[in-house]
Amino acid sequence: MKLELGYVDINGIRFGDHNAIEDRVLVVNPDELLEPVLADPLIKTARFEIANPGESIRITPVKDVIEPRVKVEGPGGIFPGVISKVDTVGSGKTHVLRGMAVVTAGPIVGFQEGIIDMTGVGAEYTPFSQLHNLVLVMEPVAGAGQHEYEKAARLAGLRTAVAVGELARELTPDETVVYETASIADGFKEPLSELPRVGYVMMLQSQGLLHDTYVYGVDAKRTLSTMISPTELMDGAIISGNCVSACDKNTTYHHLNNPVIQDLFKAHGKTLNFVGMIITNENVFLDDKIRSSDWTAKMAEYLALDGAIVSQEGFGNPDTDLIMNCTKLENKGIKTVIITDEYAGSDGKSQSLADADELANAVVTAGNANEMIVLPPMERVIGTLDYIDKIAGGHDGSLRPDGSIEAELQVIIGSTNELGFNRMSAR
Amino acid sequence: MVKEIERAGIPVVHMCTVTPISMTVGANRIVPAVAIPYPLGNPELTHEEEFELRKKLIDKALLALTTEVEDQTIFD
Amino acid sequence: MSKFKVVHYINQFFGQIGGEDMADFPAEKREGHVGPGLAFAQNFGDEAEITATIICGDSWFNENLEEATKTVLSMIKEEKPDLFIAGPAFNAGRYGVACATIADLVQRELGIPALTGMYEENPGADMFREKVYIIATGDSAAGMRKAVPAMAKLALKLVKGEPVGASAEDGYLPNGIRKNFFEKKRGSTRAVEMLMKKLSDKPFTTEYPMPSFDRVPPQPAIKDITKANIAIVTSGGIVPKGNPDRIESSSASRYGGYNIEGVDDLTAETYETAHGGYDPVYANQDADRVVPVDVLRLYEKEGKIGKLNDWFYSTVGNGTSVANSKRFAIEIAEKLLSQGVDAVILTST
Repeated sequence: MKLELGYVDINGIRFGDHNAIEDRVLVVNPDELLEPVLADPLIKTARFEIANPGESIRITPVKDVIEPRVKVEGPGGIFPGVISKVDTVGSGKTHVLRGMAVVTAGPIVGFQEGIIDMTGVGAEYTPFSQLHNLVLVMEPVAGAGQHEYEKAARLAGLRTAVAVGELARELTPDETVVYETASIADGFKEPLSELPRVGYVMMLQSQGLLHDTYVYGVDAKRTLSTMISPTELMDGAIISGNCVSACDKNTTYHHLNNPVIQDLFKAHGKTLNFVGMIITNENVFLDDKIRSSDWTAKMAEYLALDGAIVSQEGFGNPDTDLIMNCTKLENKGIKTVIITDEYAGSDGKSQSLADADELANAVVTAGNANEMIVLPPMERVIGTLDYIDKIAGGHDGSLRPDGSIEAELQVIIGSTNELGFNRMSAR
Repeated sequence: MVKEIERAGIPVVHMCTVTPISMTVGANRIVPAVAIPYPLGNPELTHEEEFELRKKLIDKALLALTTEVEDQTIFD
Repeated sequence: MSKFKVVHYINQFFGQIGGEDMADFPAEKREGHVGPGLAFAQNFGDEAEITATIICGDSWFNENLEEATKTVLSMIKEEKPDLFIAGPAFNAGRYGVACATIADLVQRELGIPALTGMYEENPGADMFREKVYIIATGDSAAGMRKAVPAMAKLALKLVKGEPVGASAEDGYLPNGIRKNFFEKKRGSTRAVEMLMKKLSDKPFTTEYPMPSFDRVPPQPAIKDITKANIAIVTSGGIVPKGNPDRIESSSASRYGGYNIEGVDDLTAETYETAHGGYDPVYANQDADRVVPVDVLRLYEKEGKIGKLNDWFYSTVGNGTSVANSKRFAIEIAEKLLSQGVDAVILTST
C-alpha cells in the first residue's frame, strides 16, 4: 500500500464565529462544533477549552488524545468502521493537522484517566505538552452506566477530530512524506531479498471497560491475531477505547503516529525489509492468551520473518502475553526485541515485570512508571482535580492543599509509552 | 503474597487466571480460575449455575490443600 | 572552602610494592596519594584530596580476612575521612573482592560514602553490586584513563549528597534499583537498532535483564479439612462498600482486614472492588466472584470445612510493588496464625 501524508502545521487555536484554518491557526466556533457532541443524549454538557504549550494549565482527567486528519484521496475515511464507513484505508493521500490535538476530558469513567501538564516538570514527561490542545470537556447525564459513558466520550472525541480534520481538506501541506510497503512477492526479489525480513507485532489492550481497543470498529477482545498494513493505522484503523494506565495506554494519537512503524519505514529498503505488521490482543482468559500468541507466532513463521519488534500496551497480566509472544517467536527462530515499561516500585527495587523468561534477552524499556514525581500547582485546571487521589498512581493525599500533586509517573498521559514514543528509559 | 504466607507456615492455594505468572513467581498449589474480572464466577450464567461453578472451583482448591505436593502443581 | 578528605585503598601492585610475589604484603598506610591516586587527585581538583593511601597485598587480605578488615578499617577511621575509594580493580578477582568488602564495611561502620570500580565479571561485582556503588571499568589497567574520572565524578556526587542518576548515566554496575533517565534516542529507534545488532549476531545490551524468582518449599497438606479453619486472602481489591480504608486502585500502600462473622454472602450493596486494573462491573455486582464467602459459608454449615475464618484480608494487586506485597503478606500471615488459621485460599484477578 502507498499512502502520502501531507502535514499541515497548526500554530495556534482560537475561538471565533466560524470553523476554519486561517494562516495555520485553527478557528473554532464552539457552538457549531459541539452540535454533534451534544446530539448524543448521554452527554449532558460539553464545552471546548484551549491549552497551548508553556501555559500554566493542567488537563485532567484525560481520556484520549486524538490528532485530526482527513482523507483527501483514496478509499475510505478517517476512523473507518467507527466514524467513517467501513472501507479499507491506508492508501492515497491524507492530510494531518500536525502540532495540535483534540483531548477529551471530564469526570472519570473508572480509575485510570490521567493528567497532562502544559508546563513545569510534568510537561517533560508527556509529548502532549508540546501540542496546541483543543480540549473537549464533557459531563454525562445522571445514571449513565460506565460502559455507556465511556463510549459516548470516545465517539464525541473522534467526531470532533474528524470535523476539525475536514477543515484541512483543501489546504496545501507544508511537508509531504510517502509511506510505501512492499508486496510479499517483491520481498523475495532483489534488492529486498538481500535484507533481513523484519515484522512488527503490536499488542493491543483488550481487557474490558476502559481497557479496550477497536480495529475498524471491531472490539479487539473478539479478534484472532491478524495482519494489517502499517499505513492503515495512519488513517485511524485502530482507535483507543482505553485508559490503562495513563502512562502506558496508547492514545489514538499514538496509534496514528506509531513510532515503531515510522522507524521501521525509515530503515526499510536500507538495512531491513519491513515485511509487515501483526496485531494481537491481550485478553483476560488464559486460553485466549495462549491462542493469540500461538496465532502470532504461526503468522510470523508463515511470513518467513527473521526478526520482530514486539510492543506491549499496559502491564500486569499482559506481561504474560508479552512473554508468550516473545518466547514463541524465539522458539521458531525469529529474533525479537520487546518494548515494555516497568512497575519496579517507587523505590525501584521490585521486579519490573510480572512474568519473565530468559529468551526475552533484548528489552527496550520506557522506564519505571512507579517513580514518584511532584507536579507544581498550575494556574488553571481544565476538567477537575476531584479524582487525583483515586486515579492509578495516585494515593490518599496526592493532591496537596497548595494544588501541587505528589504521585507516580503513572498518572501522566503517555509518560511510559510502550511503542517507544519517548526517550525516557531506566537502568 | 502466596509465598510469604506459605513461608510463615500456612499452606496456600492460589486461585488465579494467569497461571503462568503464578508458576513463574513460584506458587506451589495453583487452581486455574475463570477470567480476570471474575475469577470465581461467570456473568453469562444464571445465579444458580454460577454458584455451582464456584463450588466446583472451591472443591478443587480444597483438594489442592489436602494433597501433598513436592513441586509446583496446577490442580485443573 | 575546605576540601573533602579522602582515603584511597590500593593493592601491592598499584602501590608499587611488587607483583604477585608481594601479594602477602600486610596493610600499610602512607600519607597522601600513591600510584593511581595521582590521577584521582587531578580529577578531584580543589574539591577533595587524598590524605592517606592504604596499600595492602591481595593475598594477605583474603587469607586473613578478620584481622585484615579490622586493621584496614581502623587505619581508615584514624583519618576521619569524608569519603573512601578503593581500586579500581579491573579484572583482578582478589583485589576486587577486597575493594568491595572494605567499601561495604566503611559504609556500614563509619557511615561515610564509599565507592569502588571493577570489571563486570570480577567476582567482587556480583557479590557487592547491590551494597556498594561499583563503577564499571574495562578488564585491564589499560582502562585506568576512563575509570578514574568516572569514579571521581560519582564519588564527588556521593560526598556532596547530590542525587545519583541511573546506572547507565553515572557509569556504575546496575545495582537492582531501577532509575529513570532520558536517552538520546526514542525507544522505537533503540528497538530497531537493538534488533539489527541481534540479527547480525553483534553484541547488544538489554535495557532490562530478566529476573529470577526464589522458591518456597510447599507446606504439608491439611490432614482433615472438615476441622480446618480456612481464610480468604485476595489481591482483587474486594472491600466493604465505600472502601473505608482507601486502598489505592493501583500501587497499593496498604491492605485491609474485614470481619465476615455472620456474613453469608457478599452483595452489591455491601461490597465493591477498589482494583483499577480490571473491568470492575462484575466484581461490583457480586464480590463472591472474587472472594467466595457464599460457597465457603455453605461448606462451613455443611461441615465440609471446619470454619470460614472470621476475617478476610484484601489488597489491590495492580502494579503493587513486590516489596509492599511481601510486607503485607508477612503481617497478614502473623494475624492469620494468631487467629488459628490452618490454610489460605488466595484469589487473584
